[in-house]
Amino acid sequence: MISFFLIIIASLFFTGIVIRTKSILSGRKGPGIFQPVKDIIRLFKKGAVYSETSSFVFQIAPSIYFASVVMAILVIPFGTYNSIISFEGDFVFFAYVLALGKFFMIISALDTGSAFEGMGASREALYSMLLEPAFFLLMGSMSLLTGHTSFHDIFTTLHLGSYISYALVAMATFVMIMTAMVENSRMPIDDPKTHLELTMVHEVMILDNSGFDLGLIMYAVNLKFAMYGTLIANFYFHTFPLYITVLMFFGIQLGFAITAGLLESFTARFRMNHNAQYILTLSCISLLIFFGVLLVLGKFI
Amino acid sequence: MVTAFIVIVFLAIMLIPFIRAKWKGIITITTVCILCVLTGIVSIQALLGISTEYTLPGTLVTGEIAIRADALSAWFILTINFTFFTGALYGFYYMKAYKEQTANLSFHCIAYILVHSSLISICLLQNSLVFLFVWEIMALASFVLVIFEHHKQETLKAGINFLIQAHVCILFLMVGFIWVISRTNSFDFKAISDFSLSSSRLSGLVLFLCFFVGFAIKAGFVPFHTWLPYAHPAAPSHVSGVMSGVIIKIGIYGILRMLLLITSDYTTIGYIILIVSVISGIYGVMLAIIQHNLKKLLAYHSIENIGIIGIGIGLGSIGMGTGNKILTLLGFSGALLHTLNHSLFKSILFYAAGNVYQATHTMNIERLGGIIKPMPHTAVLFLIAAVAICGLPPFNGFVSEFLIYNGMFSGFQSAGIAFLSSLVLSLFGLVLIGGLAILCFTKAFGTVFLGSERHHFNHIPEEAETGKLIPMYLGTIFIIAIGLFPKYFIMALSEPVSLYTQNVHFKNIAEFPMIETLSMTGICSFGFIVLSGLIFLIRKKATANKTQSINATWGCGYVGPTNKMQYTASSFIRTYRKLAKPVLSVHKKKKLVQGVFPIDGSHETHPYDKSEEWLIDYPLKQVKYFFNRFIFLQNGNAQFYILYGVVFIVGILGIPVLYYAVKSMISFLNQI
Repeated sequence: MISFFLIIIASLFFTGIVIRTKSILSGRKGPGIFQPVKDIIRLFKKGAVYSETSSFVFQIAPSIYFASVVMAILVIPFGTYNSIISFEGDFVFFAYVLALGKFFMIISALDTGSAFEGMGASREALYSMLLEPAFFLLMGSMSLLTGHTSFHDIFTTLHLGSYISYALVAMATFVMIMTAMVENSRMPIDDPKTHLELTMVHEVMILDNSGFDLGLIMYAVNLKFAMYGTLIANFYFHTFPLYITVLMFFGIQLGFAITAGLLESFTARFRMNHNAQYILTLSCISLLIFFGVLLVLGKFI
Repeated sequence: MVTAFIVIVFLAIMLIPFIRAKWKGIITITTVCILCVLTGIVSIQALLGISTEYTLPGTLVTGEIAIRADALSAWFILTINFTFFTGALYGFYYMKAYKEQTANLSFHCIAYILVHSSLISICLLQNSLVFLFVWEIMALASFVLVIFEHHKQETLKAGINFLIQAHVCILFLMVGFIWVISRTNSFDFKAISDFSLSSSRLSGLVLFLCFFVGFAIKAGFVPFHTWLPYAHPAAPSHVSGVMSGVIIKIGIYGILRMLLLITSDYTTIGYIILIVSVISGIYGVMLAIIQHNLKKLLAYHSIENIGIIGIGIGLGSIGMGTGNKILTLLGFSGALLHTLNHSLFKSILFYAAGNVYQATHTMNIERLGGIIKPMPHTAVLFLIAAVAICGLPPFNGFVSEFLIYNGMFSGFQSAGIAFLSSLVLSLFGLVLIGGLAILCFTKAFGTVFLGSERHHFNHIPEEAETGKLIPMYLGTIFIIAIGLFPKYFIMALSEPVSLYTQNVHFKNIAEFPMIETLSMTGICSFGFIVLSGLIFLIRKKATANKTQSINATWGCGYVGPTNKMQYTASSFIRTYRKLAKPVLSVHKKKKLVQGVFPIDGSHETHPYDKSEEWLIDYPLKQVKYFFNRFIFLQNGNAQFYILYGVVFIVGILGIPVLYYAVKSMISFLNQI
C-alpha cells in the first residue's frame, strides 16, 4: 500500500528533476520541477485528433498501457511493508503485464498505417524482447540467493552480509537503471529530444496520439521511472524502520533521477543498429550476478 | 461401449458417400458429437479418479487387446474432443465454398471421422500391434485431410512430404515396439515397463530415445519439424486448426505415456528433452517471425509451443529423477495445461486465418491490411488468441507459462551446478521465446488487420458468417475462463499429474502453495481487466465534451499519404532479421531504383529453413548424386527390367545354395 502512494508521489517530480539536471548541466535555467506534470494535466484537458485509418485498437491501447503500468506498480513492495498484490512468482506477472501494455502500444502504432510509426513499434518490440532476459535472470538469481520467489520475500530476506553481495546489489542496481532507461526509451538507446522521426524509438511510436491518450502515455513514463526507482531502493532497505526507509526512498529516487539526467547530458546516443548488442550485454551482467550468487552459495563445486 | 464406438464410426463412414453434400457435413458433426459424448463420459470419470479398464479378446495375431482409460488419456481425449468439435462446426461452414466437389468432400468427411476416432483410440489402446495399426490409420487419414485441394501441386507436395515423415515416425515406433516384443513376447504396454525394469538403465534410455524420436517427429520438435510448415498451410483451415491443435499433440501424449511406462534414468531423459525443447522453442519462433504466409507463420508457432510444452515435460522428468516432487508437479501440470491452451488458441488463430483467406483469397500478409473494419469479430478473436499465445495475462497462455516458470524457480532451491545451468538456459530460452512471440504476433496482427489495405482487393472483404464465428467464440470462452479461474483447471490436472508422483496429489502436499497462488493470478487478471475498463471509462467521461476530430495520419507535414507508404511486415522485422542473420536463411532479390528517371525497383525476401537446408536438402542432394551414378540401370528397355527381375530371383535362390556350398567346403577343409 505504502509503496503505491510513494511511487505516485515520486512520479510527480521524477522527470522534472531529470529535466532540471539536464538544463543546469547545459547552463540553462530550465523549467520548474513540476512542469512535466503540468504539461500532462493540460493534455488531459485537451481534445484529440484521431487518424482516419485507425480503429478501436488505437482508442483502447493507451488505457490498457496505463492500466498495465499501474498493475505492475501494485506488485512492488516497500521494504518490509507488503505490496497490495503479492504471491509466489509475482515478478513473472510484473514483467508479463508490462509486456501486455507494450503489446497494445505496438499494435496501436501499426493501427495508424503510418510510414514512421511502424519503425518505432518495431524497435520497441525488439528492444523490450532483448531486455526481458536480463530482468528475469536478475530476479532468478535473487530468488536463488534468498530462496523465495516473490518481490516482498526476496527483498525482506536479501542479506547484505558479505562483500560479494554488495557487489551483486551494485550490479543489480546498474541493470535496473539501464532497464529503466531502455524501457522508457531514454538516453543511450533513444533520445527523447531528437527531432528526426527516423532516429526515434518511443516518440515516433506515439506520433498520432493526442489529448487524454497522450497524457496517459506521458504519465505512464513517469510512473515507470518511479517504479524502477522503487525496485532499486528495495535492494537497500534491509529491515530499517519506516522513517529511515522513506528518507532512503526519496534519496534514491532523487539520485536515480539525477543519474538519468547526467547520463542524458554526457552520453551520446548509440547508433541504432548497435542498440541490440548493447541491450544483450545487460543479460550478460545479469549472468554475472547469477555466477556471483553461485559463488556466495558455494555451489560452484 | 467399445462396440458402440466402432459401430457408429463404421455406420457414418458407410453412410457418407451416399448422401448430399450438406448432409455429409451434418452426419460428420453428429458423429463427432456422439464420439465426444461417449468418450467424454469415460474421460471425466477418469479425471475424477475412477479409471476404466477393458480387455477385448482380440485375435490370434494381436493377443488380448487392453483398453485403459487413465487420467492422462482422459486429459488428452477431452482436449481432442473439444478441438474436433469446434473443427467440425467450423469446417461445416468453411467447406461450403467447395460444395460442388462431392466425391472429394465425402473422402474428406470420412477422413475427418477416422482421424478423430483413431486419435481417441491411440489414447486408449495399450496393445502395441493395434496401437501401430491405429497410428497408421491416423497418419493416412490426416494425409487425406491435408491434400483436400490436391489439384494444386504445392498441396500435393506438402502432403507427400507429410506422408513420408509420418512413416519415418512409425518406423521408429516400430523399432521400439519390436525390441520390447522380441524380449517379452507380449503386446501389452505393461510389457514395456516390465522390460525396462528388468533390463539395464542404459537400454531403458535407448528404448525411450527410440520412442522419443518417433513421437518427436509427430509433435514437430526441431530438427524433426520440417514437414509441419508445409502441411499446415496446404490443408484447409479447420484441418490446420485441428492438426496444430491436437494431431501433433498426440506425439506429446506418446512421450508422456512412455515416461510413465519406461523406468529409466529420468534425469538424463529430462536434460535431453529440455535441451531439444529450448532449441525447438527458440528456433520455431525465430523462423515464425520472418514468414510472409500467415498460416506458415502459425505453423512455425506450433513448433515454438511444442517447445514450451517440452520444457515443462523436461523439468517434470528432471523432478522425477531427482525426487523433487514440487518440480515434477509444476513441470507436468504446466506442460499438460499448455497442451490444452495451445489447442484452444492455435485452433482459433487458424480459423481466423481461414476467415481471412476466404474473404481476401490470399495468405500473404504483405498484401493484407486494414481488414479489422470489415471483419471486426474475426479481428477481435484473433487478437485475444494472439495475446493468449504470447503468454500474456489475463488469458490462459500466461497460466501455463507461469506454472513452468514457477517450476524453474522451485528447481533453483535444490540443485547442483549442472542442473542450475540447464535451468538458467531454459529460463533464458523461455523468456526469449515470450519476447519473440510478442514481436511475431504484433507483426501478424498489425499487418493483417490494422492500417490500410496493402493491395487492392477484387472483392470487398466481408465478415465471416455466424456459423464460423460460433466455434471460435466457444474456444475464446475457455481461453478467458482458464485465464481468470485457473484454480479449477489445475484441480482437474491433479489426477493426471499424480501418475508421475506415485499418487501424491496437489492437496496432499502441505507446502504446495501453487493452488492459492494461481487463484491470486486469476484475481490479478480479473483486476487488470477491471482496471483497464475503469481507466477507459474515465477517459471516455473526461473526453466526452471535448472536440474530437478525425484527420489523416500524421506524415511529418506531408498531407497526401498513400497506402503504399505505410510500414510493411518485412520492414517491421528488418532490424530483427539483421540481428538474427546467422541463424536464418533468407533469400533476397533486389532491384534498386537507379538513374534520373527510374523505371521500377523491387525487393523480395524468401524465408527458408536453415536446418532443413542442412539436414534434409543437403543429404538428399548427396544421395541423389550417388544414385545418379547408377542411372544407366534405368534405361527404359522392358527387356532389361525383366533381366533385373531374373537376376534378382536367381540371386534370392542362389545365395543360400552358395552359402551352404561354401560352408560345407569350409567344414570339409577343416576336416583335412
